[in-house]
Amino acid sequence: MKYFKNLVKPYVLWSSVMIIIPLFVMLLYAVTNSGNSLVNIQFTFENFKRFAEPVYLNVFVKSLKLGIITVAICLVVGYTLAYIIAQFKERTQTVLILLVTIPMWINMLLRTYAWISILSDNGIINTFLEKLGLSPISMMYTDFAVMIGQICDFLPYMIIPIHTSLSKMDKSYTEAAYDLGANPVQTFFKVTFKLSIPGVLNGVIMVFLLSISTFVIPKLLGGGQYVLMGNLIENQFISVGDWNFGSAISILLASIILLAIRWMKKIDTGENSQK
Amino acid sequence: MKKLAKLSKGLYVALCFAFFYIPIFVTMLFSFNSSKSLTKFTGFSLKWYIELIENSEIMSAVWVSVSVAVLATAISTVLGTITAIGLSKNRKLIREWITNINNIPIMNPEIVTAIGLMLLFSAMKIEKGYLTMLLAHISFCTPYVITSVYPKVRSLDPSIANAAMDLGATPWQALTKVVVPMIKPGIIAGVLLAFTMSFDDFVISYFVSGNGVMNISIIVYNMTKRTNPTINALSTIVILVIFIAVLVVNIIPLLKRKRAVANEKSN
Amino acid sequence: MNTLIELKNITKTFDDQQVLKGINLKIYENEFLTLLGPSGCGKTTTLRIIAGFDESDSGELLFDGIEISKLPPYKREVNTVFQKYALFPHLNVEENISFGLKLKKTEKSVIEQKVKKMLALVGLSGFEKRDVTSLSGGQQQRVAIARALINEPKVLLLDEPLGALDARLRKEMQTELKKIQKEVGITFIYVTHDQEEALSMSDTVVVMNDGYIQQIGTPTDVYNEPENRFVASFIGESNIIEGKMVRDCLVEFDGFEFECVDKGFKENEEAEIVLRPEDIDIVKPENAKITGTVESVVFKGVHYEIMVKTDLRSYMIHTTDFFDVGLEVGLSFGPEDIHVMWKMV
Repeated sequence: MKYFKNLVKPYVLWSSVMIIIPLFVMLLYAVTNSGNSLVNIQFTFENFKRFAEPVYLNVFVKSLKLGIITVAICLVVGYTLAYIIAQFKERTQTVLILLVTIPMWINMLLRTYAWISILSDNGIINTFLEKLGLSPISMMYTDFAVMIGQICDFLPYMIIPIHTSLSKMDKSYTEAAYDLGANPVQTFFKVTFKLSIPGVLNGVIMVFLLSISTFVIPKLLGGGQYVLMGNLIENQFISVGDWNFGSAISILLASIILLAIRWMKKIDTGENSQK
Repeated sequence: MKKLAKLSKGLYVALCFAFFYIPIFVTMLFSFNSSKSLTKFTGFSLKWYIELIENSEIMSAVWVSVSVAVLATAISTVLGTITAIGLSKNRKLIREWITNINNIPIMNPEIVTAIGLMLLFSAMKIEKGYLTMLLAHISFCTPYVITSVYPKVRSLDPSIANAAMDLGATPWQALTKVVVPMIKPGIIAGVLLAFTMSFDDFVISYFVSGNGVMNISIIVYNMTKRTNPTINALSTIVILVIFIAVLVVNIIPLLKRKRAVANEKSN
Repeated sequence: MNTLIELKNITKTFDDQQVLKGINLKIYENEFLTLLGPSGCGKTTTLRIIAGFDESDSGELLFDGIEISKLPPYKREVNTVFQKYALFPHLNVEENISFGLKLKKTEKSVIEQKVKKMLALVGLSGFEKRDVTSLSGGQQQRVAIARALINEPKVLLLDEPLGALDARLRKEMQTELKKIQKEVGITFIYVTHDQEEALSMSDTVVVMNDGYIQQIGTPTDVYNEPENRFVASFIGESNIIEGKMVRDCLVEFDGFEFECVDKGFKENEEAEIVLRPEDIDIVKPENAKITGTVESVVFKGVHYEIMVKTDLRSYMIHTTDFFDVGLEVGLSFGPEDIHVMWKMV
């Protein structure tokens, strides 16, 4: 036992500097208002109070709304796909899941960029509509465009965990349900779905985390006027230069995610204790 | 009735995959367009690839992306692997403490991690540039290496390192000749994960680099205002490289298993 | 016989729990020594300290007269057979066995020869290229033994090596291990909680409990002359009765005086008496001092296990004769069947 114990020491040091300290620096910025100089620190809650201003409250509500809608759509579309895939032969499943995974490995920015040429006013869809003699639709810089970009990028994060929990589920559960007289719909909702809940929760957390914090997709597909929490943070650091307020938003964002994870875990354990 | 169900299922799967792959396909297609249009394909040409190679700004970004990814992968793999091995030998309390800290960058939104690192570098008065980007990449890659190596370490027989030392191996030899070969699958998964995470990263690189040091993602982000098929050409190359890498990594174990099965049979 | 290893007052604490409370033990050359005890008694820790995987908190560990407490495992002349074998799954049989020799940069032809010899010794000739994960438990066990012995250690440490095998295979390996030990002529230190294993294989049995050594002796000694209640109840089945030594060779219990062969107690010293179930004969009530009624009879394959209830207690008796439940019987035993022990404090 005495050997190799010390191998963790470099990482303990590293993670303290690169993970713990940054969080404290951020917290320090969030509760002070002396700008970038750390010499004359003044503690304040001003930065957090500013959220109450309608402008920022709107951004907050919009981000949350978009995040929840994205999660909902990904859940319905992703669950259906995962469920269908799980019914194929094992080898087909491996191939299909690999195909779902591959886009995840490709730079998100590049995939989002591709949507610009598809959705823009003289883009591929509108060119196609024109050929059919239909009037073009303006899609870029709308909620729709942002949503499409988000769903396309984040859907795999929903599919993979759900598929994992569905595919390792013992077939005898559904057989038992049928045997006990449940029809397919009842079997699905009372047995299959309930047993896949851990996978669902994992997917929901991942997609929510990604969609609420993104700033690339709204910027590329929503335009400069489209501001979500991520964009607000970016602006504070890159253009406005208010690091204190930017840090406060970052902390708020991290707290939302933490709460969401807590809440999901509670649902998970609640489900388990019910059984 | 059954046929209809089967058909609609197939259609659904096809639609989903179309949704995933059409953007990728469109990007690749227009990289070969002879005109600057990203909507009308006017003819096949390789001119955007030539322009790409001649664009020194993009080529230096490629160099930054590749070199940072290679260095960050190498360093985070070593750091993550030794940490994972050490973790299993420590007491539960220390183990939980480290794994919890390790989970922070995984569960935190990328932008928060990015801001944290940016503030750290500014507080430490390290000038933003290549070094800060590399340090940041090591920092967010290592947790993923640990999470992919640690389960393999845990599944080892705890006496395995002792057995090697009992037979005369020094701790270093026990590590390199026994422990590391046995957790190789986890390390390879960690390498792959770290490399693609680093190579694809935008958010963190965007906030922690500066002074003209850009990777591929940053350059694409800056160029989206004026859409340009050169980016498509770059995208195509990146997509193909990742696609082949993922395919190879996933197919090699399959082939190996097949050969092993064939060998068993011939024996 | 020469002393090879000596443990002097070894103690060891894990997380506030004292596992070894002062172990003193001499281990001789060419000896098959077994550390026997229930789980948690400290036997495995003792072995790991000898191997060098754990370091004692205090005390001395002498090997050939030289203190080796601080010596790392890879510099000790001992090799270990692990509980779950700890074979290296990424290496085949030959590579596993030659692991130690390769580290010592032994010549290739020598290694090949020695591997062949070892495989023959453990009865696995021709298994060189096999994948260790494809072997059965018994075969893996043999590879583990070969892998340790090829380094020609002065001592082989075995940590419950037969624990994972089924009963039949375990019997087979017991004889095999004894044979191998005779053949290579080195010291084996064997850890087990199985008393039958310990008694059938060892030259010396060291009974441990609660961090202390309870008794050191030959298998016959520890079985026939247990030094205290723990040893008597842990090894074999026994009736343990409280009584007192009236004087040398005379003991009193259950209200009667009996002749015995034990000496060295003070007059009227409190003592505990062991009567092995197979040493008690069931006779007619009038021919015995202690009498009772047959309470239960269970057939155990070779013998019957009979419980006889007397006024004070129940006695367990092993006999090949059958007696009806409810029968009035007497219990008889000779002076040499009575083992008197010091009372445990």
